[in-house]
Amino acid sequence: MKLKDIVERLHLESATPRCGLDREVSGGYASDLLSDVMANSREGNVWVTLQVHQNIIAVASLKELSGIIIVNGRKAEQEVLAKAEQEDIPVMLTGLQTFEIAGRLCEIGIRGNTK
Amino acid sequence: MTKDRNFTKIQELTYELRVRDAMIADVVTVSPKQAIHNLRDVMREKHISGVPVVDEGRVVGLISIEDYIRCLAQGEMDVIIERRMTRDAETLYADEPLVHAVRKFEQYGFGRFPVIERNGQKLVGIITKGNIIKCLLRKLEVEYHEEEIHHYRASHIFEDIVADKTNLVLKYEIAGKDFDRAGQSASRLKKTLHRLGIRPEIVRRIAIVAFEAEINIIVFTDGGRLTVSVCSDRITIGASDNGPGIPDTEQAMQPSFSTAPDWIREMGFGAGMGLCNIRNCADEMSLASQIGKGTNLEVVIYLNGNEADKDVRRQNEAS
Repeated sequence: MKLKDIVERLHLESATPRCGLDREVSGGYASDLLSDVMANSREGNVWVTLQVHQNIIAVASLKELSGIIIVNGRKAEQEVLAKAEQEDIPVMLTGLQTFEIAGRLCEIGIRGNTK
Repeated sequence: MTKDRNFTKIQELTYELRVRDAMIADVVTVSPKQAIHNLRDVMREKHISGVPVVDEGRVVGLISIEDYIRCLAQGEMDVIIERRMTRDAETLYADEPLVHAVRKFEQYGFGRFPVIERNGQKLVGIITKGNIIKCLLRKLEVEYHEEEIHHYRASHIFEDIVADKTNLVLKYEIAGKDFDRAGQSASRLKKTLHRLGIRPEIVRRIAIVAFEAEINIIVFTDGGRLTVSVCSDRITIGASDNGPGIPDTEQAMQPSFSTAPDWIREMGFGAGMGLCNIRNCADEMSLASQIGKGTNLEVVIYLNGNEADKDVRRQNEAS
């Protein structure tokens, strides 16, 4: 499934208009610990988190994730979004909580990484 | 709605490039006092469908093949161009970004715009949608070619350098407590290794090691450096600092053991996983620390070894 399908179906708000959403999503990972994401996310995963500081962009870029969904209606600073566009990491926003959005991602067919 | 990466790249280029880069400078013009029938030869010979009408270097109008056909139907071949041309023709400045041209084409639906100098308003060229597309394709090709060259040059470095042993050393300085730039050294290293033609799965492991080491230096010290040595068979990542040191390195290696303060944890760091992540990515790892002096971490990743070799090596080390 492509990121743009997820954005449409789960009514996410795209916060980085300059980033293309036409990329394949390999699965999902939800965590707020950066080292955990470094260790356990996979290339192409969409990452669900409540962290909003710049370092999430560095992590997503290093792990080549397909995008970041920020939960709980939290907003990232303009600086963070600019960095995201520079690194070509789409950032999407939702008012839902992690549990809820992860459940909906599963519902539409996005799976976690099996060991 | 559909935007892919290339579209974004093209958007970027339309901001970078100027109208001057895409326009045709060799522009055919007619004068306002010429008779309409003159257009036939001009348009047929040059295969063009619209011509700027120019008086003393300035654009006074635009006349198109549609205008010509209309005059033909009305039997107005001897009327002068001035009386049938479109006056107040929309123009573009040569120094405007190309994106303005793109917008103007969308807005007016015209086939072409005369291009004039901002100073003096003299006609210097003409631009069509076709010119814009050609210019963008040319630019994309050049950029693609440049990245290929980067990649090619870098990836052949070990073959091109004649020596018994080649060792390329990359150094990255890391400022302590600088969370805004956290991960930057790891990102730059990753890009460099990619250009050197290192296999993606190896680059991924090195990126994790470099990131975690970088974060440790940022969180716990006033600064340090990453020293990465690339040989033909292995990459060694050294992370050193003059920070407070680690009292018990055995304990520090335990999963979930962390001494990070709460405010660091709130940012998602300090989960006690950093060194474990490093160990899981390393073929060899050593951690040496002295209280008050600093810490040295060294990690070796073999370029040709596969996972099976890694396991064998681990067992050998254990025994």
